[in-house]
Amino acid sequence: MLLSEVSALIKKEIIIELRQKYAINGILLYLAGTVFICYLSFGAQSSQLHPVTWNALFWIILLFTAVSAVAKSFLHESAGLMTYYYTVASGQSIITAKIIYYSLLLVALGLIGFAFYALVLGNPVHNPSLFTINIIFGAVGMATTLTLVSSIAAKAQNNQTLLAVLGLPLLIPVLLMSIKISKNAMDGLEWSASYNELAVIGSIDAIVCSLAIILFPYIWRS
Amino acid sequence: MKKNWWKVLCVILLLYSVVGGFLMDVPRLHILNESIRNTFFHVPMWLGMMILLLVSMVYSVLYLKRPSLKYDCYAAEFAKTGILFGVLGIVTGMIWAKFTWTSAWSGDPKQNNAAIALLIYFAYLVLRGSMKDPQQRSRISAVYNILAFSTLIPLLYILPAQTDSLHPGSGGNAAFGDIDLDNRLRAVFYPAVIGWTLLGVWFATLGSRISIHRNRLDHLDQ
Repeated sequence: MLLSEVSALIKKEIIIELRQKYAINGILLYLAGTVFICYLSFGAQSSQLHPVTWNALFWIILLFTAVSAVAKSFLHESAGLMTYYYTVASGQSIITAKIIYYSLLLVALGLIGFAFYALVLGNPVHNPSLFTINIIFGAVGMATTLTLVSSIAAKAQNNQTLLAVLGLPLLIPVLLMSIKISKNAMDGLEWSASYNELAVIGSIDAIVCSLAIILFPYIWRS
Repeated sequence: MKKNWWKVLCVILLLYSVVGGFLMDVPRLHILNESIRNTFFHVPMWLGMMILLLVSMVYSVLYLKRPSLKYDCYAAEFAKTGILFGVLGIVTGMIWAKFTWTSAWSGDPKQNNAAIALLIYFAYLVLRGSMKDPQQRSRISAVYNILAFSTLIPLLYILPAQTDSLHPGSGGNAAFGDIDLDNRLRAVFYPAVIGWTLLGVWFATLGSRISIHRNRLDHLDQ
């Protein structure tokens, strides 16, 4: 795994994303549409949502946005393109580049989503910096797990369904921790109240990330 | 016969633990009363499941190191038996919860996470079913099996310990070993754990031998 290889691959992902703007615009529209549907569904009460509902809804929206954003990481790449990558880069650099790129994408989506969600449904968060850090941890966890699962699902038939079936249960630990930390942030608890949870979510991210780097070459070989 | 001593041991231990579990004297505890005998059936299911799934993961690692039909069949069958034990563990737990915690499903974190763990492993079966090419199926499902087992540990042991749980050993409740598991319970509990685990191993080895032969037959047909 070479640093130059990884940075070149990340650059490639960004360039492709900028060339095919419909993908990123589609995801942004998906996020905005879901938030707006939630706003309309709650009707007149939407500004005084119960904090627990607000929190759960936010993370569910982020989760499904993440699933559809990361789905294209491997599912939409042709077999020929994968063969080409095989000849020019190592599996470890490819998965590292994908993880970094999709982590950045999901962090951005999470922050944009939070801004829009708070605008429409009110912002009960009392500790915004903790909430932001939490979005970063959660988004990295989702991106890592989903990138690896997407590479697994791409090898099977009926892969769009399989991505959700394999990915959602694996994401639950990250999601539970994120929901807990963001509840702490909403209640304005001190940072020290969330250290434990931040350590757990950080270590889950690290475990999945290292597993992805170790295991991806085996998935890729076929 | 010499090779099968452990099967004899398994039958003897299970007979002893079932008969002893229902007839021997048990400590009388408030609320638990006679339902404490479920310790001999519910807890061995989970310990057995952990051991079987661990063995399954080890076979998956071996498969990735040196691909062979044998390793793949063993990994799959140990996982299937582990899932069976998990389902039985959840069912016995629900019956126990009905009588001691008043409802079969009370949202206890360990109960919820056990259900998620089963979902993750059901997805393993779905993944195996969704690929036709046998070598690809073996490799991809080995990768997923390793990923699944490494999510299982935080799910069942780390996350529930962070919150209050009705189960012993977490959230300030005393662990079984501390006060509850006195010598009368131990005399049946440990043989039960060993007996049920041996039964699981027996199931899994039988299943693997069947599927190895079935694979060879398919090979001959072609």
